[in-house]
Amino acid sequence: MPFNQKLQKFNAKINTVTIGSGDKTVTIGGDSTYPFYSFDAPSENAPKIGVEISDMGLENIVSEGIKAYYDGASTIGEMAKKAAAMEGADFVALILEGGDPNGVNKSVDELIAVVKEVADAIDAPLVVEGCKNVEKDAELLPKVAEALQGRNVLILSEKEENYKAIGAAAGLAYDQIVGAESAVDINLAKQLNVVTTQLGVNAQKIVMNIGSAAAGYGYEYVVSTMDRIKGAALSQNDNMLQMPIITPVSAETWGVKEATASEKDMPEWGPEEERGIDMEVMTAAADLAAGSDAVILRHPEAVAAISRMIKALA
Amino acid sequence: MALNGIQIFKLTPKKNCKECGCPTCMAFSMKVAQGAMKIEQCPHMSDEALASLSEATAPPMKTIKIGTGDGEFTLGGETVLFRHEKTFVSKPRYAVALCTCMDDATVEAKLAEIPKVDYDRIGERMYAELVYVNCGEGADAAKYTALVEKAAGLGRTLVLDCKDPEIAKAALAVCKDSKPVLNGADASNYEAMNAVATEAGVVLGVSGKDLNELYDTTAALEKLGNKNLVLDTTGADIKETFANTVQVRRAALKDQDRTFGYPSIVNLVKIARGDLHLQAALASMFTMKYGSIIVMEQMTYAEALPLYGLRQNVYTDPQKPMKVEPGIYPLNGADENSVVVTTVDFALTYFVVSGELERSGVPLNLVINDAGGLSVLTSWAAGKFSGNSISSYIKENVEPKVKSRKLIIPGKVAVLKGDLEAKLPGWEIIVGPREAVQLVKFLKDLQADGQI
Repeated sequence: MPFNQKLQKFNAKINTVTIGSGDKTVTIGGDSTYPFYSFDAPSENAPKIGVEISDMGLENIVSEGIKAYYDGASTIGEMAKKAAAMEGADFVALILEGGDPNGVNKSVDELIAVVKEVADAIDAPLVVEGCKNVEKDAELLPKVAEALQGRNVLILSEKEENYKAIGAAAGLAYDQIVGAESAVDINLAKQLNVVTTQLGVNAQKIVMNIGSAAAGYGYEYVVSTMDRIKGAALSQNDNMLQMPIITPVSAETWGVKEATASEKDMPEWGPEEERGIDMEVMTAAADLAAGSDAVILRHPEAVAAISRMIKALA
Repeated sequence: MALNGIQIFKLTPKKNCKECGCPTCMAFSMKVAQGAMKIEQCPHMSDEALASLSEATAPPMKTIKIGTGDGEFTLGGETVLFRHEKTFVSKPRYAVALCTCMDDATVEAKLAEIPKVDYDRIGERMYAELVYVNCGEGADAAKYTALVEKAAGLGRTLVLDCKDPEIAKAALAVCKDSKPVLNGADASNYEAMNAVATEAGVVLGVSGKDLNELYDTTAALEKLGNKNLVLDTTGADIKETFANTVQVRRAALKDQDRTFGYPSIVNLVKIARGDLHLQAALASMFTMKYGSIIVMEQMTYAEALPLYGLRQNVYTDPQKPMKVEPGIYPLNGADENSVVVTTVDFALTYFVVSGELERSGVPLNLVINDAGGLSVLTSWAAGKFSGNSISSYIKENVEPKVKSRKLIIPGKVAVLKGDLEAKLPGWEIIVGPREAVQLVKFLKDLQADGQI
């Protein structure tokens, strides 16, 4: 008696969202199965990988491999070109970390100049991440949305505290894609989608960042939140949770001590470069296994490895 | 198939004798259905009813034990596909692969490498628990047994990959007392392998060219009376392996197909040979989705640190928060004169805070006391992170060891400042930032001002 294979079919699917304009676009979402369950139903779009660059250039980068990859790029525009050309890259993510008032506190004008330089340098699909400070992002990201009109970029991200300013500017005034960021909780994620659509933003133009963590750092919340969101989106057809999920991985993984502690301080741990890559690779793989439709990474080897994994599973 | 209370009630004697401690047979049946009582607690059940019920209430996935002593591990026994539905129970175990096809120098290097990764993370020992010994093509019993003996010298539990019953028998003769797994049964040899495994008293691994063959072979082995099995779900490539592993687990737990109710073996060496970063990605993926024994080419700190952290996270019980041990944790080369910082014992808080503290580079003593494993505000609201609990811990455990009399408390419990000043005479209480991410700047500013 052979195995009685029972497929798990859902009559609902994750929204498809296309980022970018012109010839170079990238589409995420669209599947009606749990991640990589292509034996249940064919996958419409494989998960995508973004390569992250910062307005601070390589200043906060510790990895020798990342520095070496951008060797010779003297401007942010040249860095963006190299990021777009990275093997396995589907889009470029520009993080404006220099805008943080608790950090370098660059002015909005200064950052918009960076954004424009990057946008002019590449025609690859673009994601722009704010500085994480809710007040500054509320001021900065609407200006980013305005500056990039017509490019159909993903703006990461609005939060509960500033969704009116960012959601309205990105989603309504300048017709970009709105990234909705919540803190690893299904109810908060749904609530933000609900209020954003109540502003008038098209639900089909929202991508969620449900929050993230490095492997080992409370990652169980990420797993269960994503499991529950995918479950509700597919089995209960909850259209306020059917937005695709994007997860910025590198910002979490390159800050933990497993990646940053030098070999001098922790000789038994071995080279920090390898530890950083594996932390990024393993966290990204776990994010994809749980339900991320796109991940944002930094290291060329991590991008290549995750790209190989996605190709092998798709 | 889980039975509901009514179905169980139909099988009870319906005497309402109360001997089980419940007022009625109906009440008893409801408790059995919820798992609160066992069916055997009814003294009047007929044997037939018991047999049919124990079959029906048996867990959908078997719990398989491998190894002995410190090297004994429990695999399987899962009841849910997603951790939020209840909890995962048996962690995946990682195996480093050896093969008769490797030259001696490679084998020696691997054997020297494996014990190097061995550390503690939140009370759990992290190391490669298993060694996978592959019998490559053309190896004879002497060669394979020699490798198995070498591997056994490490003291780790072994998984033998060998499809030849004679060679397997010879290898088991030298290691069967440590209860290894014999991964070697398939459609062509399962009867002979079953005899070898049962005689040695070890768990038998089953494989098949596809899910149907795996299913039939497993069913055939069960028919021979062997239910001490693990299923090698490794397929021809990555995609097939993932599909097999998910479908086997799903058939067992969701569709109650007990033939697939066994733990799995996923051999990453076969599907991603030589590509260590891809193996890292897949190890993570199969830790999330349904690998029980995961075989890799190597386990260095680079792989271990994220992977064991991930496993520890995914296998925590959602109803029990992860806690760190109370104590004084000196950071950045702190000594007895370094400033004291305190926060709660909730593992997530501890990791985020200690990470930021380390990033600041400022030497300090992080003091953790028992706050019930809750976050700062929650434990404060529950009275477990209060002026009393902090001050008594500081007096008993910190004052004898640390000379500094400066204490930084989380900004979210700034209200405790006055209380602590009253209860800890001689201490200067400094209110820290509300969020961990602000700690680096905060500490650097304090240092620049000469305050710490």
